[in-house]
Amino acid sequence: MMNTFVVYVENKPGVLTRVASLFRRRAFNIDSLTVGRTEKPEVSRMTITAEADRDQARRIEANLYKLVNVLLVENITNQPAIVRDLAMIKVAVTHEARSHVLELASVFRARVVDVAPDSLTIEITGAEDKIDGLLEVLRPYGVLEMVRTGIVAMRRGSKSSAVASVGNNLAHVIADDDVSYSV
Amino acid sequence: MTKTGAQILWECLEREQVTTVFGYPGGAILPAYDALKHSKIHHVLVRHEQGATHMADGYARAAGNVGVAIATSGPGATNMVTGIATAMLDSSPIVCITGQVGSKLIGSDAFQETDITGVTLPITKHNYLVTHASEVARTIREAFYVARSGRPGPVLVDITKDAQQTSCEFDWDAAKPQLPGYRPDLSPDAKEYEQALELIQHAKRPVILAGHGIIVSGAMAEVRTFAERTGIPIALTLLGIGAFPASHPLNLGMMGMHGEAWVNHTIQEADLLLAFGMRFDDRVTGNLKTYAPNAKKIHVEIDPAEINKNVKVDVALVGDLREVLDELLPHVSSVDRSEWLDFIDKLKGDSAVRDIQNLPDNGHLYAAHVINDLWRETRDGDTIVVTDVGQHQMWEAQYYKHDRPRSLITSGGLGTMGFALPAAIGAKVARPEAEVWVVVGDGGFQMTMAELATIVQENLKVNIAIINNGFLGMVRQWQEFFYERNYQATPLLNPDFVKVAEAYGIRSMAVTQRAEVVPAVQAARQHDGPVLIDFKVEQEDTVYPMVAAGASLHEMIRRPSPIVETAADE
Repeated sequence: MMNTFVVYVENKPGVLTRVASLFRRRAFNIDSLTVGRTEKPEVSRMTITAEADRDQARRIEANLYKLVNVLLVENITNQPAIVRDLAMIKVAVTHEARSHVLELASVFRARVVDVAPDSLTIEITGAEDKIDGLLEVLRPYGVLEMVRTGIVAMRRGSKSSAVASVGNNLAHVIADDDVSYSV
Repeated sequence: MTKTGAQILWECLEREQVTTVFGYPGGAILPAYDALKHSKIHHVLVRHEQGATHMADGYARAAGNVGVAIATSGPGATNMVTGIATAMLDSSPIVCITGQVGSKLIGSDAFQETDITGVTLPITKHNYLVTHASEVARTIREAFYVARSGRPGPVLVDITKDAQQTSCEFDWDAAKPQLPGYRPDLSPDAKEYEQALELIQHAKRPVILAGHGIIVSGAMAEVRTFAERTGIPIALTLLGIGAFPASHPLNLGMMGMHGEAWVNHTIQEADLLLAFGMRFDDRVTGNLKTYAPNAKKIHVEIDPAEINKNVKVDVALVGDLREVLDELLPHVSSVDRSEWLDFIDKLKGDSAVRDIQNLPDNGHLYAAHVINDLWRETRDGDTIVVTDVGQHQMWEAQYYKHDRPRSLITSGGLGTMGFALPAAIGAKVARPEAEVWVVVGDGGFQMTMAELATIVQENLKVNIAIINNGFLGMVRQWQEFFYERNYQATPLLNPDFVKVAEAYGIRSMAVTQRAEVVPAVQAARQHDGPVLIDFKVEQEDTVYPMVAAGASLHEMIRRPSPIVETAADE
């Protein structure tokens, strides 16, 4: 199954390589990886998705946890979470097709961000399947170019993955299914 | 106080209790070498940077402390790779310091520039690139802390030439490690202890699998108390040898690919495995599908990533072994296990008959005899045996009965040929009072024999026993069993090792008869300098028993009975 990991890391040069290299080294394939800043300048946040069964997911988590620059790892696969992907899709449009494409974009709550005589560029944010859906209906018109950011994810509710609460000893790998490795 | 990066480096090493480093100079590390003359630290000049890393490793394993190796950029650094990987696989704490081209030249393919932090990323516990003198102190402190804490391992610190040359304010106290994501101090919770105790309580046929973690954790006394209190027998991994005395009645011996037959059978028959600081390496388990099929498993391990990696366990106690055992000990009690122990004893009987030890002396010299005689002669002292990789390593593990921790140093996980000689130098430097013996094959010896010069230059009393069979013996054995005796590239044309040693000014002798073994060992011990003995043993002798790669642990290739002495007798 596809697993989603949220990984907090020290914002230092080379940390992305260490994380990516770990997946390569342990023969896991990264499906998507996004990285960006957080509310703290010294902390970066990654959202990584990878295909893995339960045991493998645990090993990914434990190995990530072993990296010295990794602050916190959470596997949020089975937790209520907001998951978002962003895509920009450039579609070929003839004069007649233009209104159809605009209509589709509005049905999907996508935005048109660039208009040219023979193309439209549409920006859409949402869960991956929503973007897949829009892509499907746009394909007949001719998709000229597309880019996706890969997903970012956050748990729902007020429970936050406070990186600040360091010192908790949560590495109980067998007993508790929902507990993640923590600093 | 203002100091150069190079001066800070040595001062930090001194403050980390380093007394000796093993290294080889070169352009990018020259500023550090220039500052060495003001340091109390002794520098051992090696003959190849791989040797420096193995020496640091041998030092670390003998002393239980961090070993340090130093090299220059580019080829100096890449030559360290094998030694770093060796230390990584065997959880050995070493810090490798490499020079790097000036920070402004990084990325320009400058002379002797290598991205060594990139190269060593997957084979270090952690590594650093230091580009400013002001980062040297904190980085060195962090490197030592990371190397020795938790599950130990190698840390590489790459320091640019300008970071060594420029000056900055040095304040040791202010340069405390800042590792917010590094928490090596895990411990199990009460529920996990309860589950473990429940399994221990009800086990009828339990075995302790004792690994390197016992020695790393310093839990020898706790393991012994645990075994004696519960009456549970102990099987050892290769790196676990010495963690529990070989002479103890509850010690079964080594398990795994070349483990004793009764040990492997015992594990397969067990109903509970207590894995103490070991990681279920494939050389220990054989085929995982058929491994200890009726046993529950308790895994006491400091590295959470090892849990359920190879063998699915029932209870995992993630933490320092000594602390975990301290927690368990008050709750375990004595149980009568005579039935189980009698069963194991019966398994033993059959193996004893097949042992090559029971051969009369027919003029053939077997490695088993050499090693057993060496053990008889040196058993009473503080002896460290350092082995290389291959047949002689397995015979040593079988026939040298180690009673003390850190008395066997060998490359287990990576299986690095060429390890023994330099590692023995490190061991001797770490424990000058100990008697150090290198037991090495004729193949592995030639990989790093340049370090004979280091022995002489450092005036070290290290004895070298070459188990010389004229073959890459273990590979030949695999060819014999699995490739129809197609001995491709395994016969060795060797130099006269006695003359090689003489060229270095090392006393040497050759031994071809069993009766000559003990006098040679005695002569070597009495001589106050290094001695090399070339034991010319049977060429096509085989390590038994053997679990073929991928076979079940109980499916061992056994020594033919009655014993066929040589290929010629067949």
